[in-house]
Amino acid sequence: MAIELLIKNGVVYDPINGVNGEKKDICIRDGKVVAEVKNPTVLDAKGRVVMPGGVDVHAHIAGGKVNSGRLFRPEDGRRGSEPKTTACRACSGYSVPNTFATGYRYAKMGYTFVMEPAMPPLAARHTHEELIDTPILDNATIPLIDNNWMTMDYVKSGDIDLLAAYIAWIIKATKGYGVKVVNPGGTEAWAWAKNCDLNDAVPHFDVTPAEIVKALAEANEKFEMPHSIHVHGNMLGHPGNYEMTLDTYDLVKGVKATKDRPVMHATHTQFFAYGGTTWGDFESKAKAIADYVNNNEHVSIDLGSVILGDTTTMTADGPMEYSLHQITGRKWTNHDVELETGSGITPFLYSGKVSVHTLQWAIGMELALLIKDPWKVALTTDHPNAGPFVGYPILISMLMSKKRRDESAADMHSAIYKKAELPSIDRELDLYEIAIITRAGTAKILGLDAHGKGHLGLGADADVAIYDITPEERDAGKIQKAFLNTKYTIKGGQVVVMDGEVVAAPAGRTFFVTPECDPKLTEEMMPNLKDKFEHYYSVTFANYPVQDAYVPNPYEIKAPMRG
Amino acid sequence: MEVTDVVCPLCGCVCDDVVVEVEDNKVTKVKGACAVGKSKLMGHGRITSPAIRENGILKDCSYDAAIKRTAEILAAARRPLMYGWSSTVCEASKVGIELAEEIGAVIDNTASVCHGPSVLAIQDVGLPSCTLGEVKNRADLVIYWGANPAAAHGNHMKRYSYISKGYFLPEGKKEKKLAVVDVRETKSAKLADVFIRIEPGKDYLVLSALRALLLGYEDVVPEEVGGVPKKDLLELVKMMEETKFGIIFFGMGVTHSRGRHNNIVNAIQVTRAAHKHTKFNIMPMRGHYNVNGFNQVCTWETGFPYSVDLSEGYAWYNPGETSSTDLLMRGECDAALFIATDPGAHFPGESIRHLSKIPVIQIDPYANPTTEFADVVIPAAISGIEAEGTVYRMDNIPLRLRKIVDTEYMTDEAIMKGILKETRLLTLSRRL
Ligand code: SF4
Ligand SMILES: [Zn+2]
Repeated sequence: MAIELLIKNGVVYDPINGVNGEKKDICIRDGKVVAEVKNPTVLDAKGRVVMPGGVDVHAHIAGGKVNSGRLFRPEDGRRGSEPKTTACRACSGYSVPNTFATGYRYAKMGYTFVMEPAMPPLAARHTHEELIDTPILDNATIPLIDNNWMTMDYVKSGDIDLLAAYIAWIIKATKGYGVKVVNPGGTEAWAWAKNCDLNDAVPHFDVTPAEIVKALAEANEKFEMPHSIHVHGNMLGHPGNYEMTLDTYDLVKGVKATKDRPVMHATHTQFFAYGGTTWGDFESKAKAIADYVNNNEHVSIDLGSVILGDTTTMTADGPMEYSLHQITGRKWTNHDVELETGSGITPFLYSGKVSVHTLQWAIGMELALLIKDPWKVALTTDHPNAGPFVGYPILISMLMSKKRRDESAADMHSAIYKKAELPSIDRELDLYEIAIITRAGTAKILGLDAHGKGHLGLGADADVAIYDITPEERDAGKIQKAFLNTKYTIKGGQVVVMDGEVVAAPAGRTFFVTPECDPKLTEEMMPNLKDKFEHYYSVTFANYPVQDAYVPNPYEIKAPMRG
Repeated sequence: MEVTDVVCPLCGCVCDDVVVEVEDNKVTKVKGACAVGKSKLMGHGRITSPAIRENGILKDCSYDAAIKRTAEILAAARRPLMYGWSSTVCEASKVGIELAEEIGAVIDNTASVCHGPSVLAIQDVGLPSCTLGEVKNRADLVIYWGANPAAAHGNHMKRYSYISKGYFLPEGKKEKKLAVVDVRETKSAKLADVFIRIEPGKDYLVLSALRALLLGYEDVVPEEVGGVPKKDLLELVKMMEETKFGIIFFGMGVTHSRGRHNNIVNAIQVTRAAHKHTKFNIMPMRGHYNVNGFNQVCTWETGFPYSVDLSEGYAWYNPGETSSTDLLMRGECDAALFIATDPGAHFPGESIRHLSKIPVIQIDPYANPTTEFADVVIPAAISGIEAEGTVYRMDNIPLRLRKIVDTEYMTDEAIMKGILKETRLLTLSRRL
């Protein structure tokens, strides 16, 4: 028998379908949105705000470095202890929650899809094992392919077709979703305790980071990939890096997308929007970045906005984590991965009393408010780097309320009035725009709108969030509270959260992309790849690919090669 | 039939290039494994039937009966302990953690008696490390400290470190240096370019001296430290500073000598001090093939790596209070499940005395001293030979063990699932 649900009397925000705060019923059958239902269970939304399930474009929720973060921070683990319930496993952690808490807390915020954006290919099984253990959320994960020796070989030889054959192979071998870039060249250099600027030669490899980025964008566009390359550039977190950021965007301006989307997603842009030359004359350059994004169509960004307080920073950008550790003196873990990538982890405290942190806090929101077209912007905190994902409701309330921003700024370091734009910005986002930067736009950036995510049109996945506010609500505190704990969250047609409590925790699905490469190219690429395994990898070619057992609930997206 | 790319289920090296010959569902030949790995893959005597102890004697029974009896014991227990997990796959550990949550048990693995001090040290200062392939391709200085891979990790030097060839070291050991620090001249020490013999229990002192030298405080280091002449230490420091990529592998010789986790904190600080000069890394030589895997699973599922007390419904981690030996020494637990381990051989005598007073369940392919006093014995398929599943190498790289022969024995995962199901039925009927 069909399972039917009818959500009545909700005020719906469904930007992909142009629905802006309309009173509208939503009919659900067997996990999908349908035109009508016969014998449904009725949920009366009573005039509350209804949105598609949230889609997070970038949050480090699973895998080796997240787990190393948990392992070395029992003090963070204790901050989030919650006992098991009939529906839920025991929870722990704040900035590095256990996998169960991750699923439940996202669902409580009305999110139903999360992208884990940094999978070391050699440890791909680990990322997938954790995703299996992350309840409720549909998910995907992007392999790191930029500091990779195969990639650099083909960047050097200029052979984009063979590079395409390689990225197709590794995306398939890791059950990944696309191409991730993190400090291209710099992480390879970090294996010798060095780093790279955008136009430095990578030690021993005779290519530059700029060449790597451009080549990967071109190779990605050889296929009808749902998502563009996903880029964390060079010199993250360094004063004065904004020019290099703009140069990085410019690299791919001429690359033609195979789909109706940008050719580069620039992630946690807050960390790349810095002026000045030292921490002393550090200032916001969010406006320069926003101007660029306003005047160009080939780049989308996410914010990486700061949530004040203690968190755990973690990235494949090994040298960056080391410099952070040098600044704070706090514990530091590093894990370089042969032929592919690396990672670093260190705890960090963002304080509103420190000028630099205050400016960082401002920059994230400036980007959201200065970029005119919300479809180009995604709300993230680069969880947990600029703060944990449970801080999203704070950000939403800030972006919707100038008053709240002003009140917060008044309590923070006075640098905000001299070196940031935020206090002078009057714009307040409305619920329609919030829906874009948290689900509709993010689904489009990831190419998931074509696969039922980010909207509530006919045939969409029945992932729905019902927030306990009416469209008229202006109280920032109430808005924050509503976005932290939904009235209802529905995942695949099933009520998973009711009155802010998780009532069911079904398994999520893993979305992965199969780039369909011309077999001749694959064959031509193969000897080089096998040579790497024969001589340099510490595992065999046969034991490398992720077996089907690690993706028990698969959703495959095929990406044909462009003819 | 020849099976290639077999993953060895013995030590933390998890060699994945072993070749075995299988005839009539038996392994007849093993190539590429070290002697101990080979012996395990060839197979040896095992527990043949599930059994329950009655009047002091183990009596064979069915799997069903043994699983039911286990569930009864666990469901009735007020402070159960579930220990082992280092020689089985992550899939079994996951079910174990779920069961531990269900019955409010303390769950713990062998890390609490081997590299537990290393974990504590990492929680204090972090761990600058890398994968073993990084070492193979780049390390021109390899230091083994309190570790004797020639005996305990037979293929470690050949596959990953001193004897292997790599991208930046195509000539292999000709281009590398090997240093060994230990209290006696081990087999590994005999291969070393530099062997530093320290007095037992003096690791902390020697590490402190190295750290001082690396940070430029030569003046505070006396002429001899822990039995080592200063000039030898200066020589080692020079090697460390001049290397392009160095690594310290440390073993139980450091974690279990006087100072314990403080030794490891100091060793990590030495690594950080060396990192000011060049690239330097450090890695624990994990013993059992999946001791790391349990720590990984336990961390992402409970938030904490081992010694996790779930009696209050949430995870409470406090080694020193919540480790298996703590619990047993206090005579606190009233039932114990041991899987893929042998506490009978490794735990202190006092805790064994407590075990003799409470119901004990053993799940293992092989009989061992624990079998002598277990009340329920459940034989399991051998992971990596008869069952597949995930394991984590000492450098956190996950690999999938292969199933190479068929078996009648239940896998650890299936046994744990059976126990979970039966236990749930019992706790549910109790609640109703
Ligand atoms: S070194 Fe360890 S994993 Fe490798 S063959 Fe020997 S016992 Fe097996
Ligand atoms: Zn990130």
